Amino acid sequence: MATDEQLALTRALSGDGGLGVEESTLVSIIGKWRKKPEHISSFRKSFNRLFSITGHIEKCEDDHMQKLVIEFSRFHQITVLWAMHPHERDARWANQVIHKNHPSSILVEIASTRSAEELLGARKAYQTLFHHSLEEDVAYQVKDSKSKLLVGLVSAYRYEGQKVDNDVAKSEAKAIHNALKTAGANKIIENDEVVRILTTRSKPHLKAVFKYYKELHGKYLEEDLSGDALLQQTVLCLDSPASYFSQVINSAFKEGANHAETEGLSRVMVSRSDVDIEEIKEAYAKLYGAKLADVISKKTHGYFRDSLLSLAGEARA
Amino acid sequence: MATLTVPATVPSPTEDSEQLRKAFEGWGTNEALIISILAHRNASQRRLIRETYARIYGEMLLKSLNDEISGDFERAVILWTLDPAERDAMLANEAVRNWKQGNRALIEIACSRTSTELFAVRQAYHALFKRSLEEDVAAHTTGSFRKLLVPLVSSYRYEGPEVNMKLAKSEAKILHEKISDKAYDHEDLIRILTTRSKAQLIATLNQFNNEFGSAFNKNLKSDPKDEFLASLRAAVRCFSCPERYFAKVARVAIEGLGTDENALTRVITTRAEVDLQLIKEAYMKRTSVPLDRAVAGDTSGDYERMLIALLGA
Repeated sequence: MATDEQLALTRALSGDGGLGVEESTLVSIIGKWRKKPEHISSFRKSFNRLFSITGHIEKCEDDHMQKLVIEFSRFHQITVLWAMHPHERDARWANQVIHKNHPSSILVEIASTRSAEELLGARKAYQTLFHHSLEEDVAYQVKDSKSKLLVGLVSAYRYEGQKVDNDVAKSEAKAIHNALKTAGANKIIENDEVVRILTTRSKPHLKAVFKYYKELHGKYLEEDLSGDALLQQTVLCLDSPASYFSQVINSAFKEGANHAETEGLSRVMVSRSDVDIEEIKEAYAKLYGAKLADVISKKTHGYFRDSLLSLAGEARA
Repeated sequence: MATLTVPATVPSPTEDSEQLRKAFEGWGTNEALIISILAHRNASQRRLIRETYARIYGEMLLKSLNDEISGDFERAVILWTLDPAERDAMLANEAVRNWKQGNRALIEIACSRTSTELFAVRQAYHALFKRSLEEDVAAHTTGSFRKLLVPLVSSYRYEGPEVNMKLAKSEAKILHEKISDKAYDHEDLIRILTTRSKAQLIATLNQFNNEFGSAFNKNLKSDPKDEFLASLRAAVRCFSCPERYFAKVARVAIEGLGTDENALTRVITTRAEVDLQLIKEAYMKRTSVPLDRAVAGDTSGDYERMLIALLGA
């Protein structure tokens, strides 16, 4: 009996085998082991990831404590994010990229997957929160070759209608292909024509450009951009956000996913729950041959798991 | 301060629409009546008139105007009657389609309007032309001009008064470095001019003057024929001293042989509800001639009467 519970407690506190913690298990064990200090004492002696024998006590390990804080706070974080105004969320995520060194891929995600009005809202919220414009901070902090692309992406106010000029789309597909051929693969992110097309054209127009690219040159533009991850991501975000978001979710569940990757799961689920979570579920099933709800149920715990399932529009496991 | 004068009791939009319709009917057109109504209504009143006219007569007021009047007079009346955001969108589209390096309309719109107004222009552009302003500017301009104009029209500057003096000093240094190297379209120079708030920019330019002994613009005069340098100077003047900038546009339009009617119309119709009074004062200070008199001397007919009405004379 004690061993089962010890196992359950170990699982709950180890931070392994999934994200979040199983709050209900912990609460029931606390109840079961009341007035039985020998159980908790023997647990401490056996669980040497969290406790190490120092002097006459089993001391708590600081590193593991930090890890536990993260796992316990996934539910906290997702709830606060969920309650926030969507524009404030986007502005804060953008600010973290700029000032806390979070990956630039988040900035590309926000700038390319939001609608023109949502991006404008995020820019307004950014000004309210941080007393600078978003583009001025990006331009000032990003000093490398990514700068042109990133500043262009956050400044865009793309036309949202369906009207597309197919001749222009064809010629721009050719222009991108030429730019790829003549530039070395690592300079392509600074190419004026490529940046102009990707950061100013409307999304329907760009979808047409990508389609003509495949027709004219036999390969998908993303394949040809495999040398530059950020550009590749930009194209994917603009062409098929549901596939992009599925990839972000999947990275969170893989072995050895880092903190940024696991946070991506919360970010995507909260920001897309009211937008296109159904399309994301479809794309995920196509890409990975598994239902998103099943993967969430298997790989996350407790209230965190339940809130993810709710955000995905699924009944709780 | 605006120069627009609106009567103390304004007729209802229905009465105005009926009067305008009368002005169009029959042989010929009653231009004086058109001016007496439209040149004395503010933006929201003009919008109501357009809505009412369309409802009563099943035709757009702007179309009737286009059918009935012509030339510089028509251009002035139509630009004036439009909402400020639509007007700027039309001027921007015109500038982009007939792109010439000396064209200032895009710079004026991007630098002298507020952030909110500039964004309204971008929205109006979507509605009118089914493309974004920045995509058209990017597709029709090249080289240094594209590097400057695309970020300029895409900017959504912070509008607060906060100034970081340390930053102003360091960015003044960067500006000085780049122009000493004649790297006028260097990305740092462009970044500073196109993203910083107006308050921050003015502080930076003041620091430039303090630190290096002469104003930023004075250092951009190495080649009088260089249109890009002239564009940079225009951008700086538009956000730091718009009245003097527009007074100069008017002066250049009027002086010399012939008149640049497009530029004159642009200044008067876009500023009549903003700061045309201050522009008149700046014009007087610089030329010792009142702007109304200069306009009257250089233009004629209904076009002249329309401009004079907007000048508050």
